Amino acid sequence: MAGVSTRARVLVKTPEGLPEPFASWFARRGWQPHAHQLTLLEAAGAGRDALLIAPTGGGKTLAGFLPSLVDLAERGAKPKPATAIHTLYVSPLKALTTDIARNLTTPVDEMGLPLKLETRTGDTPPSRRARQRVLPPDILLTTPEQIALMLSHRSAPELFGRLKYVILDELHALASSKRGDLLALDLARLRTYAPDLTAIGLSATVARPYELAAFLVPHQGQSTTRLAEIIQGGEGAKADISILKSKAELPWAGHSARYALPEIYAAIKAHRLALMFVNTRSQAEMLFHEVWRYNDEDLPIALHHGSLDVAQRRKVEAAMVAGKLRAVVCTSTLDLGIDWGDVDLVINIGAPKGASRLAQRIGRANHRLDEPSKALLVPANRFEVIECEAALEAAAEGAQDTPPSRPGALDVLAQHVLGTACAAPFDPDALYREVTSASPYQGLARTGFDKVVQFVATGGYALATYERYAKLKRTPEGLWRIAHPRVAQQYRLNVGTIVEAPMVRVRLARLKGGALKPKTLPAAGRVLGEVEEYFIEQLTPGDSFVFAGEVLRFEGMRENDAIVTRANTTEPKVPAYDGGKFPLSTYLADRVRHLLAQPDTWSHFPDQVSDWLRLQAEYSLVPGPDEILIEIYPRGKRFYLVCYPFEGRLAHQSLGMLLTRRLERAGAAPLGFVANEYALAIWGLRDIGAMVRTGRLDLALLFDEDMLGDDLDAWLAESSLMRRSFRVCAIISGLIERRHPGQEKTGRQMTVSSDLIYDVLRQYEPDHILLQAAFADAATGLIDVGRLNDFLKRIRGRIRHIGLDRVSPLAVPVMLEIGRESVPGEASETLLRETVEELIAEALGGNAARKTGPHA
Amino acid sequence: MPHARLDLMPESAPRLRGRISVCGHEFVPLAAGALYWEAESTLLVADLHLEKGTAFAALGMLLPPYDTRSTLQRLGKVIQALDPARVVALGDSFHRSHLADSLAEEDLACLTSLQQGREWYWICGNHDPHLPASVKGTVCATLSIRGITLRHEPSPNGAREIAGHLHPVARISRRGAVLRRRCFATDGHRLVMPAFGAYAGGLNVLNEAFDLLFVKHRLEAWMMGRTDVYPVLGSLLLPD
Repeated sequence: MAGVSTRARVLVKTPEGLPEPFASWFARRGWQPHAHQLTLLEAAGAGRDALLIAPTGGGKTLAGFLPSLVDLAERGAKPKPATAIHTLYVSPLKALTTDIARNLTTPVDEMGLPLKLETRTGDTPPSRRARQRVLPPDILLTTPEQIALMLSHRSAPELFGRLKYVILDELHALASSKRGDLLALDLARLRTYAPDLTAIGLSATVARPYELAAFLVPHQGQSTTRLAEIIQGGEGAKADISILKSKAELPWAGHSARYALPEIYAAIKAHRLALMFVNTRSQAEMLFHEVWRYNDEDLPIALHHGSLDVAQRRKVEAAMVAGKLRAVVCTSTLDLGIDWGDVDLVINIGAPKGASRLAQRIGRANHRLDEPSKALLVPANRFEVIECEAALEAAAEGAQDTPPSRPGALDVLAQHVLGTACAAPFDPDALYREVTSASPYQGLARTGFDKVVQFVATGGYALATYERYAKLKRTPEGLWRIAHPRVAQQYRLNVGTIVEAPMVRVRLARLKGGALKPKTLPAAGRVLGEVEEYFIEQLTPGDSFVFAGEVLRFEGMRENDAIVTRANTTEPKVPAYDGGKFPLSTYLADRVRHLLAQPDTWSHFPDQVSDWLRLQAEYSLVPGPDEILIEIYPRGKRFYLVCYPFEGRLAHQSLGMLLTRRLERAGAAPLGFVANEYALAIWGLRDIGAMVRTGRLDLALLFDEDMLGDDLDAWLAESSLMRRSFRVCAIISGLIERRHPGQEKTGRQMTVSSDLIYDVLRQYEPDHILLQAAFADAATGLIDVGRLNDFLKRIRGRIRHIGLDRVSPLAVPVMLEIGRESVPGEASETLLRETVEELIAEALGGNAARKTGPHA
Repeated sequence: MPHARLDLMPESAPRLRGRISVCGHEFVPLAAGALYWEAESTLLVADLHLEKGTAFAALGMLLPPYDTRSTLQRLGKVIQALDPARVVALGDSFHRSHLADSLAEEDLACLTSLQQGREWYWICGNHDPHLPASVKGTVCATLSIRGITLRHEPSPNGAREIAGHLHPVARISRRGAVLRRRCFATDGHRLVMPAFGAYAGGLNVLNEAFDLLFVKHRLEAWMMGRTDVYPVLGSLLLPD
């Protein structure tokens, strides 16, 4: 590479290791370059792909841009014609690109660097986007979806042919997801146009850095051709984390942390700006509501989460930067590395669920490496105390638990294949080589790839009837081309991997007095935000719920808007929409089990918690770290089986489904089950304890791994989870089109519901590639099969069963969930029967004959 | 009719449990989505939308090409079990008129065998205003049997009729779970059939399109379950 020696020469010229004008600019600011900034500059400057891992506040972003800025400074003014991009910066958030652009403009202007810098997101006006394809800036800050779009145009080879750097920010948040798959494929494509480009990854601390580093380099099938350099950006000061101690009684269950509000409010008062992280949007709404009830001094406290109206979110963000707020209640939308001002305390409400997530959140406080971040953990119930303790230990050790990498998704590949054909006809051999050079697709077999191409071309059905409607056609030279320009238009409308659940706008009704009738709703007022359609579907007019920090009354639907009014109740029916529910990480779960199994550590816990555990040890058992405790006891007219896998709600729900199927077969007549993060309770009409004693039910067989075979398949095929993941795969792969806002379907003609497609496809071609993709998604994301599998292996031969005559102390939290959680909705036939039977009971004596006999 | 006893019937047979009465005639709604008029040995189906998959493929959406097969096989099962003397398809039997000509050989053979030995009427729908000669059976605009008019689109002021076209579905909410199912909608004077086609969507019976068709307080939705049809009073239904 010609440029290498030049840059190396420049580097040795200055004692600080920074070339001019960077050295003097740093000096003017009184800054010393961090070691990792210099190391990254050297590695990437010499054309070596590199991953920089640094905690927030370590000058990570500037480090990522330095190689590019130095190169551009050397280059001088842009050569004509200016049709190529020099550096691509990719981030998972639109807001982050804007933020980084703002932060980067300062040094670029102050050093007078001869370069142009622009952002491009979904919000960029079409005219500017079109211009950017012809006259691009030197540095383009953008998102994975925009890169895919630009790559689908004929101009792509020219646009990216001289690309030198690709900077992937917050890589840990992108990798191991469908967006990450798309990004990996885009990167492979970019390398085809610009073989010498250098990839720079920026990441927070992760469990397995080498997996992330593999994302950055090209592979040859299973064998890597080179390794990326991993640069560690220093430790940062140890965080100052404590668990909130409250005088109030610790709740047995629930997530509200309402008991600790006085202490939380006191902590807010004692700091400049506190961020209060919760795990779901509904918790955010509820906490915000509760905190304001406590807010005697009218402190400026705001709310920020993903389904609020964008304008409202921007207002909150601006107020944060301007230092006008004292506290913000937020969800993971603020997890990522945006610099929102002078946060000096992070309050994590509820259990952190994962060590790495906690580290990220804590990093939001004191955005400087040399000062410790300050954080307060507020457990919302007794089990969460133990989980917080485990997270505290993990934080002290700097332990991480980011999810492991997984094979790339086939629906994303299908989208990419179509995009590739939109830019120009492609040679399947070359594209296969390119695709398998992307790390998530290294292991993809050629047959699998060919199936995906077939799918894109004709649907890939065994019954080949769509040849004449094919989207891709073979040219005489053996290349695949799109059959019609319309195909490219369809592709561009459907690009991306984010498939939101259908959303409904929440709009305030403008009332002009008088009663409100759903059919004659008055002029609609301001939009408060959006909620998932299925949440609104659960409401009947008159129901109240908390949204956008207010208690609202649902009045009815009008087109795509849920019309609401301000309710005068203070006890709302809280929204249950689960934007961002996190499962307990395997790593933390393991720590929690170990903490429980060691009575000598219980003294760290508040007395209420250690007393509770001692009671459990006396009355029942406390399981060892690799054991599973199963308690069986009667209560009311029911018999309960409670077990404690500590594998998270998702895995427990799946386990509950599978166990009830098996108990049904065994004749135990199970009626229902309920799961929380730690335990699973199943109840039924038959005496399960007696069945175990008399040998009619073998617990080891009940918990045998073979439940993940036929039982799982049979359950999944019917389950709404599979239907949900099938819908996502069908949209991403381009089988069905996205619903775009404003383009309302009339329901009957425009589209075919993905459920109907699923039923037909499953019946006639159960091993179709799209069903495989949907199964893979459901198994990892929605039901945690891998985790269940590990769990069942772990407990083999380690089941500890105890028969009790009443509920044990450890079982109380999960028992309290009964009735609070609705029974997972697979029992729809039962529900229909119930409805009718109730009606019949009601109608008996009256006009029961009406339904079965002729009308009078 | 007591309900419990009927649960003893074999799973495989179409259940002849509840009966819907329209203008004094009794009809048996089947969970498959067809309506059986026992006294007339007549089977009614609506909105088969055969070849909808092909119609979508022509628009660039390559849906699984098995919808025609799935619809015909389901219809075949019902016909086999009941062996009706007459079948009436209430319109929109084909998603596009011209596609009736390009049925796959196997599907056409399946349809022809179903038609064997019985009267077969195709009522015209807005999707299939005319049918090609390749498809056997009598094509008609409406058909009247014993004072009941069978037609595709419900007429604005008519009663004593059984129609299709609107694809009714009903929604109920029980214990926090919401169910949305295809249904037979009736007020005792008129009945709107659910769509039978594998790719046919649905329209909520509370939608204004149904407003003028039924006497509000007598509306019943007979919701399709897996093996049974469940009558639900209109007052329990939810809008979409």
